[in-house]
Amino acid sequence: MGLLDKKYQDSNIIIVSLEKALNWARKSSLWYMQFGLACCAIEMMATAASRYDFDRFGIIPRSSPRQADVMIVAGTVTLKMATRIKRLYEQMSEPRYVISMGSCSNCGGPYWEHGYHVLKGVDRVVPVDVYVPGCPPRPEALLQGFLHLQKKIMNETLVVGINPDKPVVIQDKGGDQIDIANVDETDEHKTAQIEFPQQDVKRKKEGA
Amino acid sequence: MTDVKEKGPEVTLTLPADTGNGLKTQEMIINMGPQHPSTHGVLRMELTLNGEIVTKAIPHIGYLHRCFEKHSEAMNDYAKVIPYVDRMDYVAAMNNELGYAIAMERLMDIRVNDRVEYIRVIMAELQRVASHLLAIGTFGLDIGAFTPFLYCFIEREKILDIFEKASGARLLYNYIWIGGLMNDVPADFKSDTAAFVKSFRPKIKELNDLLSMNRIFIDRTANIGVLPEKVAINYGVSGPSLRGSGVKWDLRRDDPYSIYDRFEFDVIVGKGEMGTLGDCWDRYIVRVWEMEESLKIIEQALDSMPDDGDVQEAIPKKIRPPAGEIYCRTETPRGELGYYIISDKSTSPYRIKARAPSFVNLSVLPAISIGAMVADMVAIIGSIDIVLGEVDR
Repeated sequence: MGLLDKKYQDSNIIIVSLEKALNWARKSSLWYMQFGLACCAIEMMATAASRYDFDRFGIIPRSSPRQADVMIVAGTVTLKMATRIKRLYEQMSEPRYVISMGSCSNCGGPYWEHGYHVLKGVDRVVPVDVYVPGCPPRPEALLQGFLHLQKKIMNETLVVGINPDKPVVIQDKGGDQIDIANVDETDEHKTAQIEFPQQDVKRKKEGA
Repeated sequence: MTDVKEKGPEVTLTLPADTGNGLKTQEMIINMGPQHPSTHGVLRMELTLNGEIVTKAIPHIGYLHRCFEKHSEAMNDYAKVIPYVDRMDYVAAMNNELGYAIAMERLMDIRVNDRVEYIRVIMAELQRVASHLLAIGTFGLDIGAFTPFLYCFIEREKILDIFEKASGARLLYNYIWIGGLMNDVPADFKSDTAAFVKSFRPKIKELNDLLSMNRIFIDRTANIGVLPEKVAINYGVSGPSLRGSGVKWDLRRDDPYSIYDRFEFDVIVGKGEMGTLGDCWDRYIVRVWEMEESLKIIEQALDSMPDDGDVQEAIPKKIRPPAGEIYCRTETPRGELGYYIISDKSTSPYRIKARAPSFVNLSVLPAISIGAMVADMVAIIGSIDIVLGEVDR
């Protein structure tokens, strides 16, 4: 998509078809960076190996960040490693995604309290797309993380999308469909800038 | 400390300042890691190169320092240390738990019943096979052989299934407790394990055909990274890396813990079949044949394992060891794992120190990599089989 990203004002049937085709191509060949940090890396290897087999989703390992689409942060991120992770993330080419695998990289894991040398969550240095819980997560969990990432990719658009400075409404249409749109400023939006899925809106209306 | 002359093949390390045609050469320093597919985690090597030849290698560690000792002292319960012990050598968690449990039991003078001992030994040996499978698979992967990696993981998954049935976890088990086990093994444990042992035996031969005797593999590993016997002993190397140099030293035989004195097994040593004694191939083949020995132990243990006995009968209600200290060493797939625990009669250790085999084995790397090519560095790192979680702790 790259060059065409957010170049169109209106979506029409051609653009929507094109965007679907491009998203499908992108989600079907997610190359991840072969980069393990700790225990979760062994489960990541197990997921790539015989029984769970990443290849059937088009997910294959690359050793260089320049060739990779996804970075799986698999393991404990120490303060010494955090700067390296940030640099590796910056070396990846756009579009790039990050999966945070395991409790340690989600929030510090078992080291959250006394870990004087452990970063409490990799999202403090790089933006994370999908969090996979577990210590370590089972291979099935990592695979599901990838499926969620694929859903997320299918919702990317060529149309000039949301303007982050304006109020945004995100509608959960059920299934894989999420609708994100700017809305005119109302009193309600002045107080709360971002509205999350329908349930929250409903709950707010009911006054719960 | 060590004899420098015994450091692998002889090479001239002096640099020609002027090559004669006006071109000058200089040493180059390159950085290998921490993001490198073959450094087994987050090891960083600083290599000084003369052309393609390594003249100096400095390992930099600490990228996975997870404060094990601090956590053990802060947990306020000896039992809560076990999950952190798991996460040290995450490829061989059962062996780490076993070492810690035995150390604590010796400190508190607890005797566990035979059923617990047998289950522990079977679990530890299964874990040794799983760990060696991973080491062999990734070693092949580093050298460039992708297929053996997949074959090794098929077998490894079968072992993990047995562990999962018993403990509920695939990688980090928290199964061996101080004075017993988390729970008894399932009813079909014996038959599962026996079936695995039976199916795995022919796979070792298959692995040998596929990788060990492969001409390309031998060319990449034989005569590379030679670790002479004396150097290995001087550096305190242990485990398969030491036995690869021809030293017959195995704590299971030489300082038996648990019930290892009841089993018949051989201590495998390298013989220098494909080149010099103590090269990468020797260290590799020791692991392959050790799996066979582990199978022998498992078979004997399965035969004589008692069917009754409460696995939790010796677990103390409150773990409060008498004041004192203990050093207890066990043989993990990587070598001698020692725990030094000081107790001050409270509910948490006053001080706990783990003597990690990977850390000590890694210290020999600068000595054996001088004169190697850059591509051989990968083989040398793979052959000493380090786990960075254990190196940094």
